[in-house]
Amino acid sequence: MINRGYYDGFGGAYLPEILVATFDDLEDKFIKAKNDPSFWKEYTDIMSTYSCRPTPVTFAENLTNHFNGARIYIKREDLNHTGAHKANNVMGQGLLVKRMGKTRVIAETGAGQHGVATATMAAKFGFKCTIYMGEVDVQRQRPNVFWMDRLGAEVIPVREGTRILKDAINEAFRDWVSNMDTTHYVLGTACGPHPFPEMVSYFQSIIGKEARKQMLETVGGLPSRIYACVGGGSNALGIFKGFLDDPVELVGVEAGGRGLDSGLHASRLSSKDASIGVAQGYKTYFLQDSDGQMKKTHSVAAGLDYVGVSPILAYLKESGRVRFESATDREVIDAMSLTIKKEGLVPALESAHAFAQAFKEAPKLSKKDIILINQSGRGDKDIFTIADAFDDPGWKEFIKKKAEEYNA
Amino acid sequence: MLESYLKNRLIEKKILLMTHIVLGYPSFEKCFKIIETMVNAGVDLMELQIPFSEPVADGPVILHANQKSLAEGSTVEKCLDFAQNVTQSFDIPFLFMSYYNILFKYGVDRFAVAMAERNMKGAIVPDLPPEEGRDYLNAMEKYNLDPIFIFSPTTPDERMNYLASFGRGFIYCVARKGVTGLDTNFSGQLNKYLERCRMATHLPLALGFGVKDKKDIDFLKGKTDIAVIGTQTIRLVEKDGVGAVGEFIRSLG
Repeated sequence: MINRGYYDGFGGAYLPEILVATFDDLEDKFIKAKNDPSFWKEYTDIMSTYSCRPTPVTFAENLTNHFNGARIYIKREDLNHTGAHKANNVMGQGLLVKRMGKTRVIAETGAGQHGVATATMAAKFGFKCTIYMGEVDVQRQRPNVFWMDRLGAEVIPVREGTRILKDAINEAFRDWVSNMDTTHYVLGTACGPHPFPEMVSYFQSIIGKEARKQMLETVGGLPSRIYACVGGGSNALGIFKGFLDDPVELVGVEAGGRGLDSGLHASRLSSKDASIGVAQGYKTYFLQDSDGQMKKTHSVAAGLDYVGVSPILAYLKESGRVRFESATDREVIDAMSLTIKKEGLVPALESAHAFAQAFKEAPKLSKKDIILINQSGRGDKDIFTIADAFDDPGWKEFIKKKAEEYNA
Repeated sequence: MLESYLKNRLIEKKILLMTHIVLGYPSFEKCFKIIETMVNAGVDLMELQIPFSEPVADGPVILHANQKSLAEGSTVEKCLDFAQNVTQSFDIPFLFMSYYNILFKYGVDRFAVAMAERNMKGAIVPDLPPEEGRDYLNAMEKYNLDPIFIFSPTTPDERMNYLASFGRGFIYCVARKGVTGLDTNFSGQLNKYLERCRMATHLPLALGFGVKDKKDIDFLKGKTDIAVIGTQTIRLVEKDGVGAVGEFIRSLG
C-alpha cells in the first residue's frame, strides 16, 4: 500500500500483519474501479433502479414559516431503499465485492440501518452475510434484527466490551482475519484503516453531487449552510463533498446526549473530552481516557454513539472547513416532533440531530439565506425506540396487550 | 542483545519457550506468582501484555482478560511499576506487548524511556506495521530496545524481507489466520510457511497462535526457535488456578 490514506496526519492503516495483503488487494481493486468510468455509471444505474436515486430535495415551507428566518430545504436520503443513506455505501461495496470475486460479506451495525442495508445487498447479489451487532443495540433495535433475519443474514449479538457499535466493529475484524479469502468486510462508515474512509465517502459523495445540482437547478442558488449529523461521518462527508469548494458553511452535528458537561455523550469534535489516538486501525479523535482506553458513549441515537470519527472529518475540523456542534437527546426529540407535525417528515433519531442544530440557527438567518439539512434516514421503522423516546402511553398500552396475547 | 541471549540459549535447548500474560489479570499479585512459577519451570522469555480496551487481534480468552484487568482498575502506570518489580526479581528477558494507542497516548519516546529504565528488552505491537511506526522505530533504536515484528501466512516473501529489515531480537510468526487462542493445525502446510520465514531472516523465529501442548511443541522442534504459549496458560489459571501452571510448563519440555 503506497498511499496510506492520511488527511493531514489523520487516518493511516494500523493493520495487524495478517490483514495487510487483504487491504493491499482491496485498495488495488477500489482504485481500479474508481478509475474505470463504467464503474460509476454501473453504480448510479443500480442506485436509480434498485434504490430511489436521485433522492429529491424538499422545500420545508411550514418549518421555514415557523422559524421566520432562513429558507429550509431537506435532502431526502430517507427515501433510499432500506430507509437511509447506508444503501449508497453498501451497494457500491457490493459491486466491488463482485469484482473481487468474494462470496461472503460481513458488517457491523449500530442502529441496525447498515446491517439491514448490507443484508439487503447480500440478498440481491447472492452473498452469504453475517452481521455483528452490540447486544445493547440488539435490544433497542429489535425490528431491524427481525428484518436481517428475514433477509437471510446471520445476526451475531456482541457481548464484549461496551456491547455497542465499536465492539461490533472489533468482532467483525476478528471474523475477517480468519475469513478474508472468501469474505469482504463492508465497513459502514468513513472510518477504519485506509482505504475505507476514502472508499465509503466516495460512494456517499453521490449525495452531495446530486444535492449541488438540485440546489442550482431547482432552488436557484447554493445554500449558505448545510447541516448533517455525524456518527462515523459517512452521510456528512457524502453531502459535504459536493460543496467543499463552494462558499457554503458546513456544519456537522454530533450526539450531545445528556449534555456535554454530563460526560454522557458522543461528541468527539465538538467537546473537549476527545483526544487524538489510534484504534480500530486509524488515527483520529477518540473519546478515551489519558491511558488511551476507550470511554463509554451515550446517545439516544444508536447510530451516533461511536467513540471515533472519520479521519477526513477530523482533518476538516482542524482546517476549519467544517464547524462541529452537538445536539442533546432532548433537543433532538423536540426537533423530530416539530418536523413530524409541521412537514409530515419522520427523520431518524440520528438525522434529527442535524434538524435540531438547523432549528437553533435558522431564526437568526435572513429570509434570503438558504439552508440544507441532510435527512440521512427515516425514523418510522425505528418505532420502538422513538415511541420510547416520546414516552408514548398509547404505544406502551399496545405493547402490553400484545405481550399478553403472546403469553396466552 | 535479545538475539544473542536467544542464540546462546539455543545451544543448550532445542526449542525455547515464551509465555504471555495479561497484566493485572486475574490480579497483579497473581501475575507475579504466575511469572515466578513460569520462570522456575524453565520459561525462557515472557511477553507482558498491557491491557487495552480494543484488542482487535486477540481472541475471546485474552480479550476477556484485557477487559477484566481494566475493570479491576489496571492502568499503564501500574503495569510499568509491576514490570520494574518483575525485571528486578527474575533473570529472564521480558517484553511488553500492547496495542499502539497505549504507546501513542503515553508518548512513544517516553514509553521507550520507561521500558529502558525498567530493563524491558523489547516490545510487540501487533497493530503497528513499520510503515506507520517511524517514531516507534526511532525510539526503540535510541534506547537500545528490540522491536519485534510479525510474519503471517498471508505475508508475501518480499514483505517478509521488508519486515525483517526492521525487526530485532526475533520474528514472531503467526501460525495461521484468525485471532489468538483458536486451534491450529500443526501440519505440513506449517512447515512450508516456516521455511519461507526462515529464508527471510537470520533472526530467531518464534511461532505462536494455537500452541497448547507438548505434541505441538514437539512438532515445532527444529522448525522454529521459540514456541509461544499465550491463551493456554490463561485458560489453565482460570480453570485450575496458579498452582497448575508449573506442572503444565514442565510437561512441555
